[in-house]
Amino acid sequence: MSEMGQKKMSKHLIDFIDISKSFEQTPVLDEFNLYIRENEFLTLLGPSGCGKTTTLRMLGGFETPDSGQIFFDGKDITYLPANERKLNTVFQKYSLFPHMSIAENIAFGLKISRKSKSYIDDKIKYALKLVNLDGYEKRSVHSLSGGQQQRIAIARAIVNEPKVLLLDEPLGALDLKLRQNMQYELIRLKEELGITFVYVTHDQEEALTMSDTIVVMNQGYIQQIGTPEDIYNEPENAFVADFIGHSNIIDGIMITDRLVEILGVKMPCVDEGFGENTPVDVVIRPEDVELVEPADGYMEGDVTSLIFKGVHYELDVQANGYEWLVHTTKYVPVGTHVGIKVIPFNIQIMHKPESSDERAVEIDE
Amino acid sequence: MIKKGISRLYLFLIFAFLYLPIIVLIALSFNNSRTKVKWGGFTFQWYLGCFQNEAIMSAFMTTLQITFLSAIISTLIGTLAAFGIASMKKKGQAVYLGATNIPMLNADIVTGISMMLLFVKFMDLGFVTVLIAHITFSIPYVILNVLPKLKAVNRSTYEAALDLGASPSYAFYKVTWPEIRPAVFSGFMMAVTMSLDDFSITYFTKGAGVNTLSTMLYTELRKGVKPELYALSTILFFAVLLILLAGNVRPGRKPN
Amino acid sequence: MSKLKQQFLAGPYLLWIVGFILLPVLMILYYAFTNADGIFTLEYIFAIGSETNRKAIGLSLQLGIICTIICLLLSYPLAMILSRIQFKNQGFVVFIFMLPMWMNFMLRILAWKLLLSKNGVINTLLEGIGMPEISIINTPVAVVLGMVYDFLPFMLLPIYNSMTRIRKDWIEAAQDLGANNVTIFFKIILPLTVSGIISGIVMVFVPSLTSFAISQVLGGGQVLLIGNVIEQDFMQGMQWNAGSGLSFVLMIFVIASMALVNLFDKEEPVK
Repeated sequence: MSEMGQKKMSKHLIDFIDISKSFEQTPVLDEFNLYIRENEFLTLLGPSGCGKTTTLRMLGGFETPDSGQIFFDGKDITYLPANERKLNTVFQKYSLFPHMSIAENIAFGLKISRKSKSYIDDKIKYALKLVNLDGYEKRSVHSLSGGQQQRIAIARAIVNEPKVLLLDEPLGALDLKLRQNMQYELIRLKEELGITFVYVTHDQEEALTMSDTIVVMNQGYIQQIGTPEDIYNEPENAFVADFIGHSNIIDGIMITDRLVEILGVKMPCVDEGFGENTPVDVVIRPEDVELVEPADGYMEGDVTSLIFKGVHYELDVQANGYEWLVHTTKYVPVGTHVGIKVIPFNIQIMHKPESSDERAVEIDE
Repeated sequence: MIKKGISRLYLFLIFAFLYLPIIVLIALSFNNSRTKVKWGGFTFQWYLGCFQNEAIMSAFMTTLQITFLSAIISTLIGTLAAFGIASMKKKGQAVYLGATNIPMLNADIVTGISMMLLFVKFMDLGFVTVLIAHITFSIPYVILNVLPKLKAVNRSTYEAALDLGASPSYAFYKVTWPEIRPAVFSGFMMAVTMSLDDFSITYFTKGAGVNTLSTMLYTELRKGVKPELYALSTILFFAVLLILLAGNVRPGRKPN
Repeated sequence: MSKLKQQFLAGPYLLWIVGFILLPVLMILYYAFTNADGIFTLEYIFAIGSETNRKAIGLSLQLGIICTIICLLLSYPLAMILSRIQFKNQGFVVFIFMLPMWMNFMLRILAWKLLLSKNGVINTLLEGIGMPEISIINTPVAVVLGMVYDFLPFMLLPIYNSMTRIRKDWIEAAQDLGANNVTIFFKIILPLTVSGIISGIVMVFVPSLTSFAISQVLGGGQVLLIGNVIEQDFMQGMQWNAGSGLSFVLMIFVIASMALVNLFDKEEPVK
């Protein structure tokens, strides 16, 4: 699967091999395998507790796995202390040293590697320019806003010219507007620096905007690896579909090839090869639900709520015992009796997870 | 692993340094031998002796009275003062806080002497002068506990309560008071602690007839140590332990 | 309640300040700068130059500084270990180390007198195993021991508090940037605990400099600190002017040492 998912790029830079890790008997990662290619912008995406931050912290050297190995550039770094690894981290809470000026913060790593004063000064200037904060050398950490602190944290990391930059939910604490600006800044930085980014987030929109490759994780297992387009358009299971967008996920039965039954109604679809009368998850995106005259739809229902979202309206439609989430540009007042229709191409059929709680959804290599 | 071992050893050594003297006191309080520190059998006689010793018991009662009276009065004056100071402009606050710092920063011996010099001008040294002295050095601790909390309490919630039709006193009781109550309580506890522990200031302001536990012990210690005092120490140690565990009071006096 | 009205709540305290804080300080000033007949004199201020007083001040400074240094050296590693300990009940462990501080001040001295006396616990034990006796009671060593025992929590607590304000991710960020444990200690941990160290120093140095009870009980009258001289002036010699003069000087010493210490304290706002 992942062979297909990951873009064809240069060689593996990082390999996680059979990594397992638990905290006080709670397993966080189980037999986790992943490789990261040189120059890739790879995002670990998932809800809290999915193991994404633990994965990143093991790469940074702040946790050691219970079993398994991590290779970096062909060398085993599983037990290498953090301060000897050639990668740098941008922390979630910025983690700027409060007793140092901006310049001292940025110079911290360079002084440890005993760079000359003029080299350090040049680097500070360069890094501040790169993050659009020229002239902030003398400022104190507390005089900066959250967004500015985050950019300094990035500057502090990149002056050390790491081969890989690890980013742990770096935009989590910023407001929406700032977050969107910073997303573009990060993409620009990535292009200018030409290094590998490993990015951790629970925000699917962030992941879709920035990444070359997205790794969707849940409960310590990889759910899907792929490009943003793959992940969005062809989610491999209900978890991914639900996490990536607010979808309608409905229990269904695959009657036969190209015919599925949901909510007591048979609908034509395009999927084949599920066998006959197989229980499946059916995913239909809110923007793919068409509201038509009651007689023209697969089923009839009533609009129960309506919110204007700027570009579109978000509606709840109660039909056949299910509350459909619908995005439409038409104004349909609450109480309207409507028909629901979905074209075959927009009906996604997915295998049910093997265990009932989606826990054991593991990608077969 | 080695580092962990060294840490544990260090913790243990300091622990031993802190507790060995106390453990020795406790052990000797049951020792049936007056003169030597050798073990002479188990006894309760020092505990009986402690309760029958008039000097110890009267010092104990005086300590309780001084401590609770001074803690209550200083909490009252200090809390009111905190309200007053909180509503002042910067300059006024600076003057009050500067004065509040004087007894906290001054050496105890200087504070004690300065008060003694004043008291002897107007009255005989005794219970009242000790009480006044204890109130004086306790008030700053109350203020320093309550004032920051009071400044942090959002005035708008109080005003919101008024807006919703509450009378000022009702709004105070329902909105402001619950928020500052923990701070007032910890100020009170600190006043209790400071008062119980004080020796120097009491020593200079007490006059001839009155003794708290601290000053009584001082007089006794200059003569030599009596086993009854071991019994007293043991009782007090466990009393403090029980009170702290029961009250679940967070440990630690605030630094200045 | 209006702001103006609310200000009156500080009224009782204002009276208290004037009556029992400012007036007493003025009394000391008055006695320090007058003689027994109430005539202005600098005699009692200059009296610090006398041999007894010079010696007492010198010894007080010496013992105070030694005591402060020992407390600092003992507390700092302790605070570091305590703040990193990952017991489920870290609070309880800290509580254990603070508990002795609630023992009455005099009882803590009593315990040491008991341990160190000629026929005390330590000597009895030494005798039992055939070792030579030690005789440190009534020496400056015993006084310093007692002071360290009494004042250790005052150093431990502020340092521990500043230590717990160091966020774990600062340490990790430093590691991430290549710092080893030595660099982390000197560049991160030490600078961020300076304010704790400073308040610890003040809280230990002032009482140890001005102590008279500990030196009286554990020094057996052989160790004469400035506090003992003042105490004797008031309680035995009835030399109030001389005692006030010395008290005034002591006040200046305390203020000066605090000012000095504050010079080194840049007071970093730690959030």
